[in-house]
Amino acid sequence: MRETVAIRLTVNGTTVERDVQPRLNLVDFLRDELGLTGTHWSCEHGACGACTVRVDGEIVRGCLIFAVQLDGATVETIEGLTESGALAELQAAFHARNAVQCGFCTAGMLLTADALLRRDPDPRRETIRAALSANYCRCTGYHAIVDAVAEAARERAKRP
Amino acid sequence: MKAPPFRYARPRTLDAALELLAEGGDARLLAGGQSLVPALNMRLLEPTLLIDINGLDELNGISESRGGIRIGALTRQAALGASDIVAGRAPLLTTAVPFIAHEAIRNRGTFGGSLVQADPAAELPACVVALDAQLEIAGPRGRRRVAARDFFKGVYETALAHDEILVAAEIPAQRGATLFLELARRQGDYAIAGLAGWAALQQGRIAEARLVFFGTDIRAVEAKTASAALPTSLEAAIAALDRDLTPVADFNASAAMKRHLAGALLRRACAAAMARAA
Repeated sequence: MRETVAIRLTVNGTTVERDVQPRLNLVDFLRDELGLTGTHWSCEHGACGACTVRVDGEIVRGCLIFAVQLDGATVETIEGLTESGALAELQAAFHARNAVQCGFCTAGMLLTADALLRRDPDPRRETIRAALSANYCRCTGYHAIVDAVAEAARERAKRP
Repeated sequence: MKAPPFRYARPRTLDAALELLAEGGDARLLAGGQSLVPALNMRLLEPTLLIDINGLDELNGISESRGGIRIGALTRQAALGASDIVAGRAPLLTTAVPFIAHEAIRNRGTFGGSLVQADPAAELPACVVALDAQLEIAGPRGRRRVAARDFFKGVYETALAHDEILVAAEIPAQRGATLFLELARRQGDYAIAGLAGWAALQQGRIAEARLVFFGTDIRAVEAKTASAALPTSLEAAIAALDRDLTPVADFNASAAMKRHLAGALLRRACAAAMARAA
């Protein structure tokens, strides 16, 4: 039962190879094996959204997928998406609107908000609220986060 | 918490997956994992073997089929919601998908996984009952088909045997306007009460209807008496829900509350369908 499986995947543009126990979930793989601690874990049953990452271009719950399933996959985390500038407008708006208090939920919020804006570049406020219902924030009461996502949408519209 | 240790297999064919299942022991199929992995992490299940079926392309995809559609069990809920074929021939499903959890869950969660999980408050079981789907099942004794209305037995209970795999659903073209509504405390939560169905409209009146409720009973339940009454009288249909439903209280609502909400949903869904048709 303690046997390991060899996997090879791309994380933030870098190929990584590891031997993993099947029970190791993606968040623990990122944090403990790769030192990518920007992705947080909290509820570990898919409710809170703190562990949201991208797998093959789409957001997923990192706590509900095992690393062993990701042989050949492409994973992007808050670290890689920050470096590439993909989240720049969202991050600037979260900062400007004080949409971050303790910051624990923020990485997941940014990835969920980014997925919304890629699907719907000009979302209504109710649409933003519905999308963010996937992610728990226990500090802000969400108003500042909704404001920030709306502002980031306007800023993204100015992209060349 | 973390999942307990398990052995992991990733078969390349359906037959290989069936052989692994037939070996016995406490094996589980891993598809989208959006219900299974929480159960593992909470140690509600401790299977010895997980059989990852995500590599089985033969279970994946949506195609047109004899006037209806065929939906592979491994089709992601997000793909189901985005499919033009589904929107054209079974728009009830297209309407229902955004109510399933959240985008990050729908990107992994599968159509067949939701059916096999058979959560009484889930949307897709109710939809396939309302659409008269036939479910195709593979097992060591070959293939068989089960009508969706005979598939769901109770809370997390279905007609699927432990050594069988759900392959696909064959769904005839939807026969009327979509009826779909659910009440939940927040977007993405499981429904306190929900209605999935259709109503065939003629000259602005309902000529025929199929009503299936979820979140009220121990399984998605077809409201046969109410469906039959609806063309004559909405009030009679709402009253008939007393015969069709056996609501079960949960931490959200009492049985009486669920019974009330079922009637309210029917009233609202009919009004919405009429308004769209007008």
